[in-house]
Amino acid sequence: MQEQTHKIPYVYKFITAILIFAVIFFEACVLGAAHTEFKDVWLALTSQASSEHISLIRDIRLPREVAGIFVGAALAISGAIMQGLTRNPLADPGLLGLTFGANSALAITLAFVSSTDYLSITLACFVGAAVGAFMVFGIGVVKKGGLSPLRIVLAGAAVSAFLSAVAQGVGLYFKISKDVALWTSGGLIGVSWSQLKIIAPFIVVGIIVSFLLSRQLTVLSLSEELAIGLGQNTATIKFLLFIVIILLAGASVALVGNMTFIGLMVPHIVRAIIGTDYRFILPMSAIVGASFMLLADTIGRTINAPYETPIAAIVAVIGLPFFLFVVHKGGKFS
Amino acid sequence: MVRLYTKHLNIGYGERIIVKDLSIGIPDRKITAIIGANGCGKSTLLKAITRIHKYESGAVILDGKNIANENTKALARKMAILPQTPESVSGLTVAELVSYGRFPYQKGFGPLTKRDYEMIEWALQVTRTSEFKDQSVDALSGGQRQRVWIAMALAQDTDIIFLDEPTTYLDMAHQLEILELLEKLNVQQGRTIVMVLHDLNQAARFADYIIALKTGQIVKAGSSEEVMTRDVLKEVYQIDAEIGRDPRTNKPMLMTYNLLKGVTI
Repeated sequence: MQEQTHKIPYVYKFITAILIFAVIFFEACVLGAAHTEFKDVWLALTSQASSEHISLIRDIRLPREVAGIFVGAALAISGAIMQGLTRNPLADPGLLGLTFGANSALAITLAFVSSTDYLSITLACFVGAAVGAFMVFGIGVVKKGGLSPLRIVLAGAAVSAFLSAVAQGVGLYFKISKDVALWTSGGLIGVSWSQLKIIAPFIVVGIIVSFLLSRQLTVLSLSEELAIGLGQNTATIKFLLFIVIILLAGASVALVGNMTFIGLMVPHIVRAIIGTDYRFILPMSAIVGASFMLLADTIGRTINAPYETPIAAIVAVIGLPFFLFVVHKGGKFS
Repeated sequence: MVRLYTKHLNIGYGERIIVKDLSIGIPDRKITAIIGANGCGKSTLLKAITRIHKYESGAVILDGKNIANENTKALARKMAILPQTPESVSGLTVAELVSYGRFPYQKGFGPLTKRDYEMIEWALQVTRTSEFKDQSVDALSGGQRQRVWIAMALAQDTDIIFLDEPTTYLDMAHQLEILELLEKLNVQQGRTIVMVLHDLNQAARFADYIIALKTGQIVKAGSSEEVMTRDVLKEVYQIDAEIGRDPRTNKPMLMTYNLLKGVTI
């Protein structure tokens, strides 16, 4: 039956994706402003050896690439879940107010909490992402019958503009604009192992829970009425998925700041490769999202070395045409 | 003794009450059709009975228990619902969609069992959709797609199947095909079928029991002989109906009708 006819191709697709990911990962570690060899990367990863190059890779590039993997996977999965949950192909944590919500919460935390550590920043980002999401979907709830995909994006843009104004206002008033900008400019610069150690576990938990809920998400993505008819407790499932989205999007902002379009693009690409079953979409989104993030960061580091081109800019240059493409198709899933 | 009945059911959307104090039993192993004008609460009633829409007060009782307190997954093994014009499911193949009918039987991550595959295979066969089981659902015609959705409900392996306007958007041949399929399921396997229908002659021909609703209340419930009368149709649809006999089935048949004079619908 279905499972049997598709089993082998699925495996091949995943193996291919993982191989591509591995190649991109090594390239990302090798390439950069400072010249390093593949050998250095290998030694940095597998041995205790130390040299200038190896410690550069271990302490500066590696945490950055690992953060890129986590953030890329987290954003792609949260985007996929949002698209399935809302049946809105334009859903993306960056477009629907979550990242800017986390942003403004981050600014407020920097302003009012004197000694900010990574954990409190992360927790603030969760709260902010939830507030942003509630505002956007709140607008949708007020209108009877909900909002169309495009209107939700408009609501997201309005809420995002408001929340980013809050962040800037707080930054200006408390004279911490520079600190806020440093956090939210959207980049992997300066990510450290200690930062990763605090934030990554949230992402890991979010991803694991998302995998556990993937079958439920598939049924829910068909139609809410069908899901109820098939015996799903939709209120509970939607609540859990919402928490997962907040965890993943909030943790991503805590690590790299704003990053729009990855959560939009990756699930669409993945659906074209692997179909509509979220048991396959979510893991594949994690791999493709991580690869995409690493690739964008590597381009950002090398295109104008030794200067960094902001990764958010590179993602946007690819992401905006993609967004317009999805809109052009009438906001439908491919 | 009927397995499924409603007790003083009040259903509404927000302030607006759609169905008022409705108590009705659904005959076991029979085909029941719910008829009535647009907005009379047919679909709302179906959704309330199948727990898709929460009702304000009253109760829906299945096997002696209020469904509001029952495990939703356990209920999904007793009753299946095919909503009105299900949303498009881009990318899914027929077999994939039908396999979701097994959702109420699956636990955690477990793969489909042998029993699941047997039920899916059977559902595809009964609905004659096996031949395109590997095709995308989107690529099918309206009639084929509706058979696939029915296959999914069948894979759910429930005694009771609800369908909300299963023949809408189909041409008359495909409408008949769907209704004959449902009749076969009822006669050969004793499944209880409850459906909302717009076509009175189809209701009279296929249903053993017809519930005629008007503004959320029952005007008449009974056999086609009892419901397909001038008086009932006048009350339900505000029409002046001419009832005859179907020369082939000998069931009551709406021959022609006029709007009642001076009535605005």
